[in-house]
Amino acid sequence: MIWSDAIFLLPEIVLALGASLLLLAPFLGAWMSRSSPKVWMLGVLTVAAITLIVCSSIVEDIQPTATMSAMFALDPFAIFFKLLFIIALALITLLSEEFLRGSRYSEWEYYSLLAFALCGMFFMASGVHLVSIYIGLELMSLSSYILAGYFKNEQKSTEAAMKYFILGTVSSAILLYGISLIYGVCGSLNLLDIDRAMSTLITNDALMIGIMLLGCGLCFKIAAAPFHVWTPDVYEGSPTPIAAFLSTASKAAAFAIFARIFYIGFNHFRLDWATVLATVAALSMVIGNIAAITQQNIKRMLAYSSIGHAGYALLGIIALSEYGIHGVLLYTLVYVFANLGIWATVLMMRRHEYAGEQIDDFDGLHRRAPFWAFAMVVFLLSLGGIPPTAGFIGKYYLFAAAVQAGFGWLAIIAVLMSAVSMFYYLRVVVAMYLRDGHEAEVETSGGVRFVAAVCLVVTMVLGVLPAPLIKQVTTSSDWIVRRVAADGR
Amino acid sequence: MSIHDFPILSVITYVPLAGAILLMFFFSKENPTRIKRFALGVAIFDFIISIPLWFYFDRAGTGAGLFQFRERFEWIPSLGVEYNFGIDGIALLLILLTTLTGVIAIYSSFSAIDFRQKEYYVLLLMLQTGMLGTFCALDFFLFYVFWEVMLVPMYFIIGIWGGPRRLYAAIKFFLYTLTGSVLMLLSILALYFFNDGGIPFLNIRGLEAGLTFDVLRYHDIGYLIPPNLQFWIFLGFFFSFAIKVPMFPFHTWLPDAHVEAPTAGSVILAAVLLKMGTYGFVRFALPILPDATQRMVTPMVILSIIGIIYGALVSLVQKDMKKLVAYSSVSHLGFVMLGMFALNPMGIQGSVLQMINHGISTGALFLLVGIIYERRHTRLISEYGGLAKQMPMYATLFLIAALSSMGLPGLNGFIGEFTILLGAANRSITWAVFAAIGIVLGAAYLLWLYQRVFWGPLDNPANKNLADVNRREFLTLIPLIACMVWIGIAPRIFFETIEKPVEYIVRKVDPQYYARPPLPRPAAPPASQDEVAEAAR
Repeated sequence: MIWSDAIFLLPEIVLALGASLLLLAPFLGAWMSRSSPKVWMLGVLTVAAITLIVCSSIVEDIQPTATMSAMFALDPFAIFFKLLFIIALALITLLSEEFLRGSRYSEWEYYSLLAFALCGMFFMASGVHLVSIYIGLELMSLSSYILAGYFKNEQKSTEAAMKYFILGTVSSAILLYGISLIYGVCGSLNLLDIDRAMSTLITNDALMIGIMLLGCGLCFKIAAAPFHVWTPDVYEGSPTPIAAFLSTASKAAAFAIFARIFYIGFNHFRLDWATVLATVAALSMVIGNIAAITQQNIKRMLAYSSIGHAGYALLGIIALSEYGIHGVLLYTLVYVFANLGIWATVLMMRRHEYAGEQIDDFDGLHRRAPFWAFAMVVFLLSLGGIPPTAGFIGKYYLFAAAVQAGFGWLAIIAVLMSAVSMFYYLRVVVAMYLRDGHEAEVETSGGVRFVAAVCLVVTMVLGVLPAPLIKQVTTSSDWIVRRVAADGR
Repeated sequence: MSIHDFPILSVITYVPLAGAILLMFFFSKENPTRIKRFALGVAIFDFIISIPLWFYFDRAGTGAGLFQFRERFEWIPSLGVEYNFGIDGIALLLILLTTLTGVIAIYSSFSAIDFRQKEYYVLLLMLQTGMLGTFCALDFFLFYVFWEVMLVPMYFIIGIWGGPRRLYAAIKFFLYTLTGSVLMLLSILALYFFNDGGIPFLNIRGLEAGLTFDVLRYHDIGYLIPPNLQFWIFLGFFFSFAIKVPMFPFHTWLPDAHVEAPTAGSVILAAVLLKMGTYGFVRFALPILPDATQRMVTPMVILSIIGIIYGALVSLVQKDMKKLVAYSSVSHLGFVMLGMFALNPMGIQGSVLQMINHGISTGALFLLVGIIYERRHTRLISEYGGLAKQMPMYATLFLIAALSSMGLPGLNGFIGEFTILLGAANRSITWAVFAAIGIVLGAAYLLWLYQRVFWGPLDNPANKNLADVNRREFLTLIPLIACMVWIGIAPRIFFETIEKPVEYIVRKVDPQYYARPPLPRPAAPPASQDEVAEAAR
């Protein structure tokens, strides 16, 4: 390692320091412990964002190869995801403020854990080496386990954390085992070296098992069926802002590494893994969307719907094409905003720790809060992929990728399941607009409203004018696309 | 600046949307009268600015080409998506029908909708934009966007202001249509990727590969698509459009949606939304997929004929007036599909004209049923009888609409049905026979309905004090009645409007058609041929 490489790591360093600062804040003197943790958290995020932008402008003309002993790359792909993570975490921070205020738990540690998780996600986005990816993943996961159980006096929350922890560590172990097999066959853990090694190999059982095990571990993280069973319980039990975090930012990070590993590392063996992954995608779409229909709790419904969405996003990875990677990036972004918008609306409904989570609680919302009801409709339509919302553009890319790659059957399942998904999204719409409910006031803080408004604007604007984002996505994934093309598959 | 440089189609399309946005932000819901007047004003304004299309449209298509009032610029360049508007004669008629229906729908809702009025008019206006955009779009992506945009307002209109089973009907409507349209999306994608690299020897044909959603481009390359692929693409379009039409096995959402929707919703549904399906077939399936279309003629015709007869028979036994009219739509749309799949100019012209006719006649019937429902809050036929004495004006208007719907010469329905019969007979006399049975049944259920509701003794005391149509109701009906008579007496201008587009479609779907000698077909028995030839002259 060369010290000048450290410049590429500056955003991560800033985040790690910031997270430590937040953790230690209560002991750093009275003035600090009296100030608002939210403001400090936003400050840390802002500094990280500024460092990131400065670093990326420096590295712009440098070949996006790895630094730090070929473990870490600050390429446009990583920058795209890192910016998305920062924005998502800032929105989640705003969502958390009011939620935490009413509880008896320390805010400092909460934000500190979020910042550590973000640091892990940064490493995931930049990792070009299976070890750095793994370490990033673990940093994020461990922080998430604690956050899921943050309300430690709530039985549901503890249960969620326990489930998440046990299943999560098992899946990490599986992932690690897969990595070790891949190392045994390829002799390296750097994705580019793996790719080079694989180009000279013929199909090989140990390698296949390695790829499959690695895939299993990743599918657990993105909550794809049949590794999805933890999702509904964890989303339901976690504090709502953490459920929002798990279903958006954390998932986006998992997709970033999924795409990077499979596009760069494993593209030579596409024929071997694509069918298996296609089955996983089909299962996720079917199980997620069908199971969501009967849910009464909106957090569980969103959990199942997120399983379905993982299935859609997998289409982009299976396709292994320009359309595919664009689809993954676009869809992740669009999904993050639509989903955060929904979580913000769910938080508005909250009156006690866990109330406001039944779909019935949305009854007659249009009367109480017409604007937020309208926003919720837009978010739901976006998740359902109805134009002119942003969700349509994302889904369009994924479906197009599947059709182009010759996975017609998968595309048919995908479109039919997205029609099914509208059925349960409409249940919320029905509750809001077509039923009359209790006339209780909607409690909202400025932060939650701000989040919903931002998500609404993004979802609508990107739906009508997607061209700038598509251009951005094209530059961000340009390098990967060219690599895949050069490998000639 | 001539009208051809002015983006008139965009203006027509977005005026209702602009109105809806103004309504949303600048009108208080405490003052429904202002909201109603404003919404009506927007709709009337939209109708008025759509009238110049009729006069400036070049029917000969010599100067401006087939698709006129074009607007074209890039929207999402990396995908080849363009903002591409343009209309031919078929779309022209449908746009005028839509803007007229928009006025009528809003005006007819003044007394029927008595709660959440602001939302209602906002949604109606948004729906209007979606429908107009669908007819204007010449880019698949754009078309798909408008197509889906229509779905949401209609869902709310049925779901909020509908009858007792509105939730069920609204969701059924939404899911049926959505399922169809996502399958259509796959077909569009298949076309899109075929165009980008699927065609061998492009350079020889002087075409360039590339990413585009331009519908006209696909009209040009459609015949190059291998028949097998054409079949699958056709299937995707078929599901989408057949559900919307609705054709026989996919029609079950229609009675529910119609019966539960408020009157204006039914009128729009019948007059415009159902035409989306038939329009889709004419615009996309036929010209782009000629081989598949030819191969599918028999199944399509069988489904159409089942639709005609089944729809009519089910109408015959309905107890509810609105349901009767709803099922009659299944029957009438069967005619439209039958004429279309005769794949000759006569059949398709009749089919297009019948789309308009059905919009006018059935729209009027739904309005009339709505009028009586507002007074009595029941649509059961058995509740009525002898209304002709109590409401003479209403009875007269109803008679005209019913006669137009059953195809009485001198009114519009006759022209459409007769042309369709000619076209169908030209292909096969058997089809025409079945279709004729449908006409007879159509007369039966409408006349029987009329007899039960308007004639006989006025013995239900609840009907004794019913008021006749008021001025507003009369005004909503009179334009439709006028159109019925106009098309019935002077259909020539309408045929001229659609002649070129239909010829274009026939050339695409059956390139040899105009090369063949006009009528004799060896397969059919000679006697009937003479009759057909006679009739065609």
